[in-house]
Amino acid sequence: MKVVKDAREALQGLESGMSVMSGGFGLCGNPEQCIKTLAESGIKDLTIISNNCGNQGRGLAALLQNRQVSKVICSFIGGNPDLATQYLAGEVQVELNPQGTLAERIRAGGAGLGGFFTPTGVGTAVADGKELREIDGRLYLFEKLLKADFALVRAAVGDKLGNLRFYRTSRNFNPLMAMAARVTVAEVDTLVEVGELDPDDIHLPGLFVDRIFEASHENPIEHRTVRTREAR
Amino acid sequence: MSWSREEQARRAGAELKDGDIVNLGIGLPTEVANYVPRGIQVMFHSENGLLGMGPFPYEDELDPQIINAGKQTVTLAPGASLFDSALSFAMIRGGHVDVAILGGLEVAQNGDLANWMIPGKMVTGMGGAMDLAGGAKKTLVMQTHTSKTGESKLMDRLSLPPTALGCVNRVITELGVFDCCGDHFLCLELAPGVSREEAVARTKGELRFAG
Repeated sequence: MKVVKDAREALQGLESGMSVMSGGFGLCGNPEQCIKTLAESGIKDLTIISNNCGNQGRGLAALLQNRQVSKVICSFIGGNPDLATQYLAGEVQVELNPQGTLAERIRAGGAGLGGFFTPTGVGTAVADGKELREIDGRLYLFEKLLKADFALVRAAVGDKLGNLRFYRTSRNFNPLMAMAARVTVAEVDTLVEVGELDPDDIHLPGLFVDRIFEASHENPIEHRTVRTREAR
Repeated sequence: MSWSREEQARRAGAELKDGDIVNLGIGLPTEVANYVPRGIQVMFHSENGLLGMGPFPYEDELDPQIINAGKQTVTLAPGASLFDSALSFAMIRGGHVDVAILGGLEVAQNGDLANWMIPGKMVTGMGGAMDLAGGAKKTLVMQTHTSKTGESKLMDRLSLPPTALGCVNRVITELGVFDCCGDHFLCLELAPGVSREEAVARTKGELRFAG
């Protein structure tokens, strides 16, 4: 059975020194319960693979504040003072990837590919030490797959086989990471019985998910931008 | 006299064509969404996984799980679609996005763009900028013409680490509109009250004028 009681049970086997992928773009679509449980666990020396690794002191930033992270593989650290400070102080190693490269490296990891050639980063610091190849007259550089020990993902609806359906822009890196780890943990807003999800509506087939549990989510807003209705 | 930020955004909006798929960078480029010319339909792509981004929500339709790449709450326009980050960047790298409008720290006359770091001062990471600058069919940059200390940001060659090479087609600053032509910038338009002499004096690259 893939269904587990809570995040604590879902994270069994996650130990210090491991690599962990965490879905989410900023604070949107984060596996909030897994992050919270990890922050309380005392596990350290983690390599975190995530687009932002937290933001505004929240989300994965809690792990940074607890000094549980030794390396971050991400694409953007703006708006994340914890990471910027520890990076500049040399306390955390940061590997910056172009966002599309990060996504595709994870996809490659899950899809059984060794890597891929991309034009992104040619002629920049990203190309340092990487193989260049001219293909049909254009220069590409080689980017290697990314895998992890654990992937922590979040979806709106999941069934007991691990089939997942995402909601709005909470999808982002979640389905990609779910494919690329030795153990994939999914926390879902709503856990349903097998057969309740229409097969056409399943965004990620359950074979990628090892453990699943239902959890409530705060869905914090980073930048609350609204407009006002004009008076009629 | 020069253009205000709003006027810069309006001028950038005038670059859009009916049917364009458009990606707007964080900051000033985001404002361009408010200045799509009348009678023109475009679709905004947001690299976190949304094609068909609508305006900011009214208070009663606010949804924390609908955000743009700047992590601002937005809405879904009619015809919107949602997808994962790999598919989103396949759209970008694959040349399926017509226009990227990005912020810049420096642009060189050969189209090189720097906008992701200042050594020793600022590290934010490149996010999606490297993919966008190189992948969109057309790349427009919106930036100030000079730094706060008066240094030109339109360069003969970049002084900052590049984001992508040879990618910028056009730069819109508070002084005017400039095309990257390889060995020079071509000024297509000056903001009201800006003289050719001023534009030349504030441009480090070679500046030529149309007409």
